[in-house]
Amino acid sequence: MKKHEMLSAAIRAAKERGEPALVAYLTAGFPSRDSFKQHLQAIAEAADVVEIGVPFTDPMADGVTIQRASHAALAQGVTLRWILAQLQSMPRAKAPLLLMSYLNPLLAIGPQELAASAAQAGISGFIVPDLPFDESAELRTALEGQGLALVQMVTPVTRPERLGKICASSQGFLYAVTMTGTTGKHVAVPPEVTGYLDAVRSKSPVPVCAGFGIRGREQLELLRDHVDGVVIGSALVEVLERGEDPARWLRDLRGR
Amino acid sequence: MSYGASDDPIADLVSGRFPDARGRFGPFGGRYVPETLIPALERLQQGVREHLHTAVFQQELGQELSSWVGRPTALTFAGRLSERWGARIWLKREDLAHTGAHKINNAIGQALLARRLGAKRIVAETGAGQHGVASAAACARLGLPCTVYMGAIDMERQAPNVDRMRLLGTTVVPVTSGDRTLRAAIDEALRDWVSDPSQTYYLLGSALGPHPYPYLVRELQSVIGREARAQILERNGALPDAVIACVGGGSNSIGAFHPFVPDRTVELIGIEAGGRGPGLGENSATITFGRPGVLHGTYSMLLQDENGQIQETHSVSAGLDYPGIGPEHALLASAGRARYETASDAEALEAVRVLCECEGILPALESAHALAGARRWAGSHAGGTVLVCLSGRGDKDMPTLQQTLLAAHNS
Repeated sequence: MKKHEMLSAAIRAAKERGEPALVAYLTAGFPSRDSFKQHLQAIAEAADVVEIGVPFTDPMADGVTIQRASHAALAQGVTLRWILAQLQSMPRAKAPLLLMSYLNPLLAIGPQELAASAAQAGISGFIVPDLPFDESAELRTALEGQGLALVQMVTPVTRPERLGKICASSQGFLYAVTMTGTTGKHVAVPPEVTGYLDAVRSKSPVPVCAGFGIRGREQLELLRDHVDGVVIGSALVEVLERGEDPARWLRDLRGR
Repeated sequence: MSYGASDDPIADLVSGRFPDARGRFGPFGGRYVPETLIPALERLQQGVREHLHTAVFQQELGQELSSWVGRPTALTFAGRLSERWGARIWLKREDLAHTGAHKINNAIGQALLARRLGAKRIVAETGAGQHGVASAAACARLGLPCTVYMGAIDMERQAPNVDRMRLLGTTVVPVTSGDRTLRAAIDEALRDWVSDPSQTYYLLGSALGPHPYPYLVRELQSVIGREARAQILERNGALPDAVIACVGGGSNSIGAFHPFVPDRTVELIGIEAGGRGPGLGENSATITFGRPGVLHGTYSMLLQDENGQIQETHSVSAGLDYPGIGPEHALLASAGRARYETASDAEALEAVRVLCECEGILPALESAHALAGARRWAGSHAGGTVLVCLSGRGDKDMPTLQQTLLAAHNS
């Protein structure tokens, strides 16, 4: 099975157990470089997929929480090469791993080398928030060569014909942004959001995970029947900021 | 490499084949933004296509440019400066445009377009405050609510412009994240826009960002070069040997250069902020010291480290203090049609002093970089003719000048 297929399978498996998969986000090296492996292993035990954030100086799609975590990680010298080296030197995590990175740190390594090193480090795919579908051919091709997914994002303002095009080339899962705006706000789940998610899900060949602004149990309940998984980002970073146990928080969120 | 165009990228630029359908100037440009912004950019691109070059829009814009902005701006022969530096120096006086800099050409043009596209509010970023003031004025003129993001450091060093924006009815939001200068202000304006992309119009102030901004801003700023070219032909009887302009993001320079690009005998020289020197973080000289990469929606030259992290920059002039540059400049540089040099903080300050003394003109610190470049050019082209884009006036720089030129003067 290719890595992007394992990613889809992990999400479907959770969904088949009767609950949306949890895709949990961790800024690499936050709150400290030394705790990275430990937090990653712990989160991978509790979540179905782990999204590892590569810190960037200009995270334009992120709200204040992830901005803060990114800058703290950069201040400690966290780089993409460091992250890949850490992953190489640790036992394989229990859940599939994704790298979430803005494009420029990826360009600094180059698509071919990046795809090869990421595959070696046990990565299943990438999320690149400032790389829209239209600009993604080069990176997508390089990742496909290693069986890795380039996870596409769709939003409530994505038009139907574009949604179809994006769905057709999606691997791993489809990341359905719940709202216009940056990460970390608290999103309400009105009927138009669930309607949008249903529409995306009806077209997508891969599982659909909702993300941006999902912070608690109550939203999870409202989204449950409309998604295959949810992405938990800023809320989990805040758990780490408070010095709490992220795995335990994820289990509580799941209600088990 | 082939980009589906001819072997001569400059010919492609002149013929309008660049930017291509994907917003590429050769390898540079494009549209690297979150998916949420794609429909807004497509709408803008369609708006540009449907309105910008129509007779009715051009007439509306022309009316505002002549009766409100005060165009055409003067072309001044700098006689005493020419004698001192040994070349014939002509100044294109964008400092005389309404609100004191070239920024107004773009601000009023985009505000008119935004109104046609049905925008309910405008957001903008600003570095030196000139684009913020221009946007504030244009929005007041057209009755559009305006919010300007400005780095906390820039708010301090350009305090007079903050008050001007507020008087003009604009909300100025201090940006305390990131490097607290222009770059962080653009990040924040993008975050605002991404939150409400269907009602909000992002009035980007430089010839950079995702397609179609580099093209749109260049088209609106090219009025500088078009006027200057006609004026100098009439007054001097010939084209200049060189056109020199300062380059931060690159809007006044692309506006000055673009109409001269087909005139291959005319040297085009962009002057970047050399700051305190060549070290990392000591300057904002993107073409001189940068490498290609993606920031703020466009693939262009960037000041970045080996990990692709964007560098902190420095310049005495807030308007040049930016780690990127518009993609059309990256193309002009790579094709060898324009060349890019630096002027240091000290050279720019000296140029402010000399222009005040010789010509009775207080230039903006940004524009003073172009003057410093002209001084160097004159040193090796005695008797030559150079056109300098004096992109703005220096009143806004009084807080910085009090700590530099005037501090030396008073001690």
